[in-house]
Amino acid sequence: MSRRADFPLLAANPGLHYLDSAATSQKPRAVLDAIVNFYETANANPHRGAYELSVKATDAYHGARARIARFFGVADPATVIFTRGTTEAINLVATAWGGANVSEGDEIIVTAMEHHANFVPWQQLAIAKRAKLRICELEPDGTVKLPRLAELISPRTRIVAFSHVSNALGTINPAAAISEMARKAGAISVCDGAQSAPHLSVRFDELGVDFYAFSGHKMLGPMGIGALIGRRELLEAMPPYQTGGDMIEFVNDADTTWNVLPHKFEAGTPNAANAVGLAAAADYLDSIGMDEVRRHERELIEIAMARLAAIDGIRIYGPSPEHRSGVVSFTLGDVHPHDLATILDGAGVCIRAGHHCAQPLMRRLNVPATARASFYVYNDESDVDALVSGVMTAKKIFGRADV
Amino acid sequence: MSDNAANIQAMYQELILDHYRRPRNKGELEGEHTTVAMKNPLCGDEVYLHLSLDGERVSGISFTGRGCSISQAAASMITQAVKGKTAAEAEALGLRYREMIMGDAAAAQDKSLGQLRALSGVSKFPARVKCALLAWNALEEGLK
Repeated sequence: MSRRADFPLLAANPGLHYLDSAATSQKPRAVLDAIVNFYETANANPHRGAYELSVKATDAYHGARARIARFFGVADPATVIFTRGTTEAINLVATAWGGANVSEGDEIIVTAMEHHANFVPWQQLAIAKRAKLRICELEPDGTVKLPRLAELISPRTRIVAFSHVSNALGTINPAAAISEMARKAGAISVCDGAQSAPHLSVRFDELGVDFYAFSGHKMLGPMGIGALIGRRELLEAMPPYQTGGDMIEFVNDADTTWNVLPHKFEAGTPNAANAVGLAAAADYLDSIGMDEVRRHERELIEIAMARLAAIDGIRIYGPSPEHRSGVVSFTLGDVHPHDLATILDGAGVCIRAGHHCAQPLMRRLNVPATARASFYVYNDESDVDALVSGVMTAKKIFGRADV
Repeated sequence: MSDNAANIQAMYQELILDHYRRPRNKGELEGEHTTVAMKNPLCGDEVYLHLSLDGERVSGISFTGRGCSISQAAASMITQAVKGKTAAEAEALGLRYREMIMGDAAAAQDKSLGQLRALSGVSKFPARVKCALLAWNALEEGLK
């Protein structure tokens, strides 16, 4: 059954084949309605509490937090810190935890498949602290070299940062195993969940990672909202990330004491309306069931990979469908991915072309760019048909035997 | 054929694909010269334009780099078009070329642009305008 009807933008554009959900997802009507409803019925600045409307806004905001905690299997909602998204959540950990706990000679480990948002904050932290950034290389199929990671992790390791799911290849990493390796060495683990939150069932309390970051806009929610989920004892021991309103307890002339979790890390007026929208996205995804989301994507990815692989000149990057989320990264002969994207756009097919904010990975794949098609709950086999047909058009336009 | 598909056919002319696959003036430049690097971080296109002037005249020009067919074909065709021209002539040509890429219909008919007119189809694709202008931006910088 097609879910396109639930998504106003897709319903209004029947010829559109949206295959760029790894960049951002489309939004169901229920999410848009929830945001409008907040502004129409509950809009006031939360936590001011002097009047009933503000209480209503506060309740809506914290109700959203409780809903997100439930979605991610978090028993303690106060450990869900709303941020602008994954990038801000990771920067929060790098600045607050890293600033207080990393010093000269320490080591920070990342993998070679990281998005810049889970690479540059650690690289810069290492530079600032005279610590060492170590990069765990990948197997030829685009999975993490786990034996190599085991060698890299040592008593000097303070942080192991890794993506749960690669945005460029779709690789699903063994988060529990990696965080266990980090924990045994006395390091913390930071999991970039930008690409797993939308596609996999994530139970934070069982996963074993110390920090998990995600973005709402990739999981049917609005832009500008996401969260950092962290272990309470770590969050409590950390200094604040930003200072300002809401996050303080008492401001003296010479110093200030901090508010309790989660407020300590939420300076300024919160993005309450979008938090409410994100909660509605969690409702929508749970109504499908995350196991069904995964099954649906895997089915589409298997069909797409098989049909693309049958085209002469196509090269697909990354692991087999069982180890990958709904992402297919590929190249077609000497047709540059940017040209491929333009030609596909002409057929109403939206894909991403470029380095996917993963330049260290692209260097290792030895390509300047790839074309990336990514699937989600509203896609179906007709989108695969359009993709394959668009690739054939590109082949015809660039028409040469070796393409 | 939809407008979109027709526009795409019009952009990817044989001449452009030929320059993409058999670029002219591609390689390092011998002797004393200046090099200007231009990059499009969004898609990873890179053009390094190498330029030497003999007085007012462009005596040597070549490019290196990598990227999409539009960025590389444009670099190839542009180096061909300005070789031997004076800096002032090259700048005037560049101005006209820019107008054509930005969608000026009269510029697209201007015979002074010669083969470069094959790139006029790019104006229909705002996302690709940057690709077509990359080498010109480098040349402009180099002529300063």
